[in-house]
Amino acid sequence: MALPLPPRLLLSRRRLLRGLLAAAAASALPGALARSAEPLTRTLPGTGVALPRVGLGSWITFNVGDDPLLLEACTAVMAAFFAAGGRLIDSSPMYGTSQATIGHALKQLQAVERVYAADKVWTSSRDAGPEQIEASRQAWGVPRFDLLQVHNLRGWEGHLETLQAMKATGEVHHLGITTSHGRRHDEVEHILRRVSLDSVQLTYNIVDREAERRLLPLARERGIGLIANRPFQRKRLIRRLAGKPLPPWAAEIGAETWAQFILKFIISHPAITCAIPATTQVEHVRENLAAAREPLPDEALRRRMADHVRGL
Amino acid sequence: MGGSAWWTYRPEDLLMFSPRVYARLFELHNQALWPAQLLGLALGGVALAVLLRPGPRGTRLIVALLAVAWAFVGWAFLWQRYAPIHWGIAYVAPLFGLQALLLAGLSTLRAGLHLPRRWSVRRGIGIGLFAYALVLHPLVAPATGRGLAGAEILGLTPDPLAIATLGVTAMAEPARRAWALLALPALWCLQSGFTLYILGEPGAWLPLLAVITALVARCWPAPAAQR
Repeated sequence: MALPLPPRLLLSRRRLLRGLLAAAAASALPGALARSAEPLTRTLPGTGVALPRVGLGSWITFNVGDDPLLLEACTAVMAAFFAAGGRLIDSSPMYGTSQATIGHALKQLQAVERVYAADKVWTSSRDAGPEQIEASRQAWGVPRFDLLQVHNLRGWEGHLETLQAMKATGEVHHLGITTSHGRRHDEVEHILRRVSLDSVQLTYNIVDREAERRLLPLARERGIGLIANRPFQRKRLIRRLAGKPLPPWAAEIGAETWAQFILKFIISHPAITCAIPATTQVEHVRENLAAAREPLPDEALRRRMADHVRGL
Repeated sequence: MGGSAWWTYRPEDLLMFSPRVYARLFELHNQALWPAQLLGLALGGVALAVLLRPGPRGTRLIVALLAVAWAFVGWAFLWQRYAPIHWGIAYVAPLFGLQALLLAGLSTLRAGLHLPRRWSVRRGIGIGLFAYALVLHPLVAPATGRGLAGAEILGLTPDPLAIATLGVTAMAEPARRAWALLALPALWCLQSGFTLYILGEPGAWLPLLAVITALVARCWPAPAAQR
């Protein structure tokens, strides 16, 4: 049974943990290699903010309650993410305790300045929006969110008015909308044409390519950033490909794993700002960030990649 | 998933947490409550003994113990532990309170519930379900790789409690009251089985089987003497 520790020892333990995480992070990117290993970035259109092309999602993976063991595991994932040059972390009040987990790790890692904090408003009540956003902000422990999005278009008209007012007063830097699973694309298109947004988040990967037809070109034309969620179809795609060998020509784009193959496909689309895979594994977060490096496939190779996966 | 056509999602899309987090729920719950597991098993043993030789007072004792257990599990497990990682559970926890109130109300009546003394198919299944919840269900976690630390104990966690209540209500009379008390445990077992199924847990079929077994017992013709 754990004995209660005096405050001084607790502080020491916290310091020790921070040191261990820093050491783990440093070992991921030793010395001179760290500079050359910085991930590729893309500017969020119209904002001047350059974001690494692979971010970090938190759906399921960071919903760990107040379990100290799993909280520390998530903190290690975020430490590795920042050490590999990552910045954008995405969450939502819908994701259980994920926001609090991120807040815990940001505090432990003293990384509030480092993170590009992307969250969502998820309520059908417009009036409940500001209160929910404030609760989310406190859970993260950040002074303000960089990006706030209307989750799954829920109550989007009212919430976008709220977010526009917040943006005008500097309470949030950027605003957007989200959808997933390829749903409600007609409505997303309608909003993209009508409303001034900084970002739209939707499902896009090597097999879910519905967005390529209208939404990706439209967002590009309108100068709106695009965040790709569900890059691995919540592991389903990785499981499907597991055991099958990568094509030899994957080496041409520096893809050593299926995860990197898929991520390179996503982030090489000219309209995509970044992809946000979620993971509980430090090795996977490093692998994901490593995909955001040259070389990336050109259009012809992207077609070949999609054809290859379709044929498996 | 609000605002979207939720019925178009795959079952696994509705899952909010990983199998690891689900397993750790029970480990942390057991750690926090130790040695209450021993009390739960002891009281469960007393209840099983009473079920084997039921009388009016013994029946009221069992109903009262179940009432306390539903209230405790609703608060300590569902509300405190499960709801933070699954927002839907916040709506389920009050139903556990309602079940506790129903049971508590019946336990105060002299003839609130009647349990049969003569052996019958219905009684055999009912006692079998209770005994399973008390003795065998705690072994499911270690048998399926989750370890003894994650054992689900009657009186402390929802699945064995729901299965034990199904056992009691499967054989209890009057039928209307028994059906009323059977509904929520059955619904809980269905949702638990669904959750375990989409988590890929090998024991997912157990709560579903318990519901089917209880329904079969409940629908089985009563012995002639009790008609």
